[in-house]
Amino acid sequence: MVPVILSRMQFALTTVYHFFFVPLTLGLGWYVVILETLYARSGNETYRRLTKFWGKLFLINFAMGVVTGIVLEFQFGMNWASYARFVGDIFGAPLAIEALLAFFLESTFLGLWIFGWERLSRGLHAAVMWLVAIGSTLSALWILIANAFMQHPVGYVLQNGRAEMVDFGALVFNPKAWIMFEHTLTSGLATAAFFVLGISAYHLIRKHELDFYQRSFKLAAVVGIIAVALVILGGHEQGLWLLENQPMKAASTEALWTTEDPASFSLLTIGDLSGRHEVWSIRIPRILSLLYYNRLDGEVPGIDDLQEQYTQEYGPGQYVPLVIFTYWGFRLMVAAGFSMLALAAYALYFTMRDKVGPQIRWLWIFVAAIALPYIANTSGWVLTEMGRQPFIVYGLLKTEDAVSPNLTTGMVLFTLIGFALVYAALMGADVYLLTKYAKAGPAAAETESEPLAPALVEK
Amino acid sequence: MTLNTLWFILIAVLYVGFFFLEGFDFGVGILLPFLGRDDTQRRAILNTIGPHWDGNEVWLITAGGATFAAFPHWYATLFSGFYIPLFLLLLALIARGVSFEFRSKSANPRWRSLWDWALFGGSLLASFLLGVAFANLAKGVPINADKTFTGNLWTLLNPYGLLGGLATTAGFALNGAIFLSLKTTDALLERAQRAARRLWLPTVALIALLLVATYFYTDILAHLGIDPGVVPIASLVALLLVGYFINRKHYGWAFAMMGTHIALTLVSCFQIMYPRVMISSLSPDWSLTIDTAASSPYTLKVMTIIALIFVPVVLAYQIWTYWVFRKRVASKPENLTY
Repeated sequence: MVPVILSRMQFALTTVYHFFFVPLTLGLGWYVVILETLYARSGNETYRRLTKFWGKLFLINFAMGVVTGIVLEFQFGMNWASYARFVGDIFGAPLAIEALLAFFLESTFLGLWIFGWERLSRGLHAAVMWLVAIGSTLSALWILIANAFMQHPVGYVLQNGRAEMVDFGALVFNPKAWIMFEHTLTSGLATAAFFVLGISAYHLIRKHELDFYQRSFKLAAVVGIIAVALVILGGHEQGLWLLENQPMKAASTEALWTTEDPASFSLLTIGDLSGRHEVWSIRIPRILSLLYYNRLDGEVPGIDDLQEQYTQEYGPGQYVPLVIFTYWGFRLMVAAGFSMLALAAYALYFTMRDKVGPQIRWLWIFVAAIALPYIANTSGWVLTEMGRQPFIVYGLLKTEDAVSPNLTTGMVLFTLIGFALVYAALMGADVYLLTKYAKAGPAAAETESEPLAPALVEK
Repeated sequence: MTLNTLWFILIAVLYVGFFFLEGFDFGVGILLPFLGRDDTQRRAILNTIGPHWDGNEVWLITAGGATFAAFPHWYATLFSGFYIPLFLLLLALIARGVSFEFRSKSANPRWRSLWDWALFGGSLLASFLLGVAFANLAKGVPINADKTFTGNLWTLLNPYGLLGGLATTAGFALNGAIFLSLKTTDALLERAQRAARRLWLPTVALIALLLVATYFYTDILAHLGIDPGVVPIASLVALLLVGYFINRKHYGWAFAMMGTHIALTLVSCFQIMYPRVMISSLSPDWSLTIDTAASSPYTLKVMTIIALIFVPVVLAYQIWTYWVFRKRVASKPENLTY
């Protein structure tokens, strides 16, 4: 049992860590594409400098995403061999396709982009950045197609003791995959928008390069408001889908213990230490039905009734996820999301009315708001993956049956501590570099390598 | 030819591509502290592989993904069995990967030296572990009736595995030196050429030793017979020709021969394995084969169509990037990127 828990902790650590970098890669890549396309078309020097500056931060972040991504592909086999045997026939395909279609594109053309400023024409160089962004986006799509199979298995039959693919089209067009893709891509764009808003605000407060950061801020405000609105709408779609396909996850995000019609919305629920039972709550009548049905009534099944139903369907066992994670994960995500919506609207209001600059009193709030998308992204994934428990593949395979049988507690503990230490050190280096170049401004982004001061050159 | 055989070949091709490409860029990483005497030279060394290293590494990721898709049991047994070595390989690849991007971002000499060592250590460890892993794949490892590896880290660090690790490390370092002889100028070029001359003999010695050991540690005699066929012999001939071309200073030819040697050595390893994908040292009945480890015919068919369309596209654009950066990298700060 211990290797299962430790393996889950390791998977959580490596995945959450990886996903610190991925949304920014996904969103900022497209932001750089817009800026470089403007430069390629106009030859305007400001757009070239904008591309270089935001491109530099993109590169520092990208490197971390790449190296932490390999870990995930290996871990399915290293820690979850029984899972790999069970789903490999259908789950391996999207992973292999992701590598072939997306990783090659992304990494090959990024090398060309970094080193190709002098060797490629302006238009070709911009086209290369398009390919990088398309590569990142395709990568997100294929990994979500894989993940969607774990959430909502389709296109398979159970034979030879495993899930075998019978319909590739069904796998690719799994509705869950496309709902998640929309939600992930737009949250990537929102993450990038808040990253750009925050760093631009920092410089505007200090009156650095006003024109340069006003343009950055304005573009981010426009991208931000559209992206955040789409994230929220997509999130609502996810909710409707959940009620139908993963009712236990839906009930546990709302801490709804008994089936209600019309269903009440929990404003605050305090649970016991097991995280699976309620002690006290305040509820608003009818609102949960409104969220799930767009009207004031409609049945929402409760956790206790579902537990009974699942026991009949899948045999005796515990089918309630840790409500404390799903309930608070959801609330944290939604709170961060709506704060972002308000802030993006605020940013847009100022840029439309007036040139944004140090005269705006509340500009510093955007610097602090860089944290918001990271909170929303992380808590959203915690909700999605914790809410699927005890299943690793929903309804087909339990997480406790998925672990590699040869792992000992010592082995997993060793690698868990190893990853934690290395990741902590890398986070330090990454944050140091991002802060350094974000503060330094566009001049420092002109060259890829920081020039050595003459006294420091070794001879 | 069945789809199972086709996928065995395709996965072999992906690993060959990875060993051929990352072979020289791991080698360049291993040689970095020895050949780069000052910061400019070390930068020049990094810039020779700067545009390519990440694309090269994707060959490994694709090989892993393809193994998962086409032979899930191979993937599951191999990755869970080689748990600790793969963990170390991941740390090595992480250390090396971030070094490229991070090193140049601060002028502080201690910062730069930190990432130089991370790049060197990561390249060295990764080369060694890959050699250990493939030697053990050829030799066979303890696998029980449930397709599960029953050994531990020390099972893999047997004399044959260690020899495989050393031979791979030496070969990659030699290939790195030949690559740098093609891609650098002036004082750095001379040192790279000297390194290539010095590394050739130890590599030949280790490969020869590995070849002899292969007759004792693997079932090559029973499997292929005393005459192993044209591939391993051609591999050895190519390695000998590397020495000839290094002495004649024909580095383009030396590089082609070294690439041939690496590719054919790996092909020999896959020949020893075929039709098995994981050889069980406990019982021949417990070995995983291309039939018992494979995905369903439907999955193999889907994956075949996708591979036939996209592998040529990937090859075309990767070759194009090598063409774009075909010029030598001069050790002058104004010409360098990283």
